[in-house]
Amino acid sequence: MNRLRPSWQAALAALACLIAVALGAIAAPKVDPLAQPAGTLIYPYATTSWLIFGALLLAALIPMAKVPPMAEAVVLFIGAHLAAWLLIGGIASFEGLARAPYFLLLAAAWLLGWRCVAVLSGLRPTDGSTRTALRLIIPAIFGAWILIIWEAVTRGAGIPFILLPPPSAIGARIAGSLPILGADVRQTIFKAVLFGYVVGSGAGFVTAVLADRVAFLRRGLLPIGNMVSALPIIGVAPIMVMWFGFDWQSKAAVVIIMTFFPMLVNTVAGLAASGHMERDLMRTYASGYWPMLIKLRLPAAAPFIFNALKINSTLALIGAIVAEFFGTPVVGMGFRISTEVGRMNIDMVWAEIAVAALAGSVFYGVVALVERAVTFWHPSVRGG
Amino acid sequence: MDTFRDKLIPVTSILVGVVVLWYVFAVFLNAPFQRDLDRRANETSTFSELIGKTLSQPKPTLPAPHQVAVNFFENTFLRPINSNRSLVYNAWVTLSSTLLGFAFGTALGIVIAVGIVHVATLDRSLMPWIIASQTIPILAVAPMIIVVLAAVGITGLVPKAMISTYLSFFPVTVGMVKGLRSPEIMHLDLMHTYNASQAQTFWKLRVPASVPFLFTSMKVAVAASLVGAIVGELPTGAVAGIGAKLLAGAYYSQSIDIWSALVAGSIVAALLVMVVGIAGRLVDRAMGGRPA
Repeated sequence: MNRLRPSWQAALAALACLIAVALGAIAAPKVDPLAQPAGTLIYPYATTSWLIFGALLLAALIPMAKVPPMAEAVVLFIGAHLAAWLLIGGIASFEGLARAPYFLLLAAAWLLGWRCVAVLSGLRPTDGSTRTALRLIIPAIFGAWILIIWEAVTRGAGIPFILLPPPSAIGARIAGSLPILGADVRQTIFKAVLFGYVVGSGAGFVTAVLADRVAFLRRGLLPIGNMVSALPIIGVAPIMVMWFGFDWQSKAAVVIIMTFFPMLVNTVAGLAASGHMERDLMRTYASGYWPMLIKLRLPAAAPFIFNALKINSTLALIGAIVAEFFGTPVVGMGFRISTEVGRMNIDMVWAEIAVAALAGSVFYGVVALVERAVTFWHPSVRGG
Repeated sequence: MDTFRDKLIPVTSILVGVVVLWYVFAVFLNAPFQRDLDRRANETSTFSELIGKTLSQPKPTLPAPHQVAVNFFENTFLRPINSNRSLVYNAWVTLSSTLLGFAFGTALGIVIAVGIVHVATLDRSLMPWIIASQTIPILAVAPMIIVVLAAVGITGLVPKAMISTYLSFFPVTVGMVKGLRSPEIMHLDLMHTYNASQAQTFWKLRVPASVPFLFTSMKVAVAASLVGAIVGELPTGAVAGIGAKLLAGAYYSQSIDIWSALVAGSIVAALLVMVVGIAGRLVDRAMGGRPA
């Protein structure tokens, strides 16, 4: 057994760190506007630079010795995130003045973060709760690093605000305009999306049950439904706005049309999913059409139906927001996005996008949770 | 004979039903406006005259199918192809950014899939985010991407293609991950006994096994790519393309134009899916696949 266990990420990180030390200042100094003798320079990272180097080097070198993977992951996690936090904290009021060492240090911290994820995904815990925690932590670290790099690069390189605001500014904007965002969510999601989603999915479901009963209807509707799913249905949005006016009814109509066909196609496929054996068993019990439908075929179709509900949760949001581009009252997420783009308030647009993303994920998550509760018997859920 | 009875008759009769319903709705929806017009002109029209008039309004609430067909025919075949009223021209504009975005998206999707299959870290950390990325209504962001890129001087094809790329990479990634993992343990073990390197296993086993998955997901991707291109055209100030045609129609309430642009978009979508399907079948045959 050798005592060293080098990893290429840690080695590269240490190398980047050393080059950064050799290159000198992390960011250019600037004139302090408040200092008494005018023209005094203030220097960035006056106190923290050695802390950053130290944290990175330690985090890169310690894991090379033989330590248990859990300890290694903890050391890497603390080192990488402490360095990143200090880097971002230090760049405040020096935006756009960062020099090469800044980006080298950021890269080193990122490599250590990567190594941390690699160590974590190499773990094979035996008990269930640790495994669940790991399954959440690994993607969370990855997502956090997207935000960290975004924040550090936009501020370090001084990318124009209009092009890409840093996440912290977007967060501040969300916190600062909660009433507006709330009104938009109420208009778009609670009125248009929910109504359209329920009606569209319900209509698709009922039509599918009908189509299942009448073979002629099924043979005619299925090819059409399959073809329609490839069409750009979103294009009916201007027509619906023309028919139902600017308010939420027209958006709900678009959502109904968009969610109808995925539900139809999936439910018809699901109703055919129950096996011959089960159907024969039901027939030996002399069960009629309705008991067979409710007790056997609908439960068997549930995974397909939930699949359609998941697809529809995204489609419904897209449909409502895009339909708002064609005309709305002065509230709504799509309206806000298109007008704030025009006014170049890009941080507000990003705030709206973040809210939309959150709403979309919550919507999807709720459907997925209900699915787990309803189809608890299905192998994909039981297998966990 | 069976396909005729089991497929053609039901599909045609349902399509005929749709057209008949369409006419009925056109009469009902257009009638109030027509009565209004008649009252102002002090005319009284009989029932059959009223129906005739409702089906030939210049800006109807719901255009009758034949009006859409005539408009579509005029704008497709009778106009010079480089005129910006020509549907062929507008469809070409949309198609070019669709294809560019589709090519990027497919390439990106394959690269990510290869990464996910071979690097365990990526599998654990990236895959959840790829799935989450699709619960985000990214299509809604399309206008912003266009406007912001235009602000830094990137205009034309590329921004629209980027939206198409975003929408089309996901199905390809998911399909390819499934496809590259589809070889059974037996096959992988066989490659192992041949002392095959990882690259050899990849090119000679995983890639051929993934081809059917690739084409299935490409069909979904190309449809998504077209939607991305159309929505991407909305905020460019209605310059050209099917999306611009929709927006212009909405501004000037040219309902017949909107419908014929929709028909054009649907035809482009159907053609694209068909071409991908045919390409898939050709590749399958070239690789020695037998019809199942």
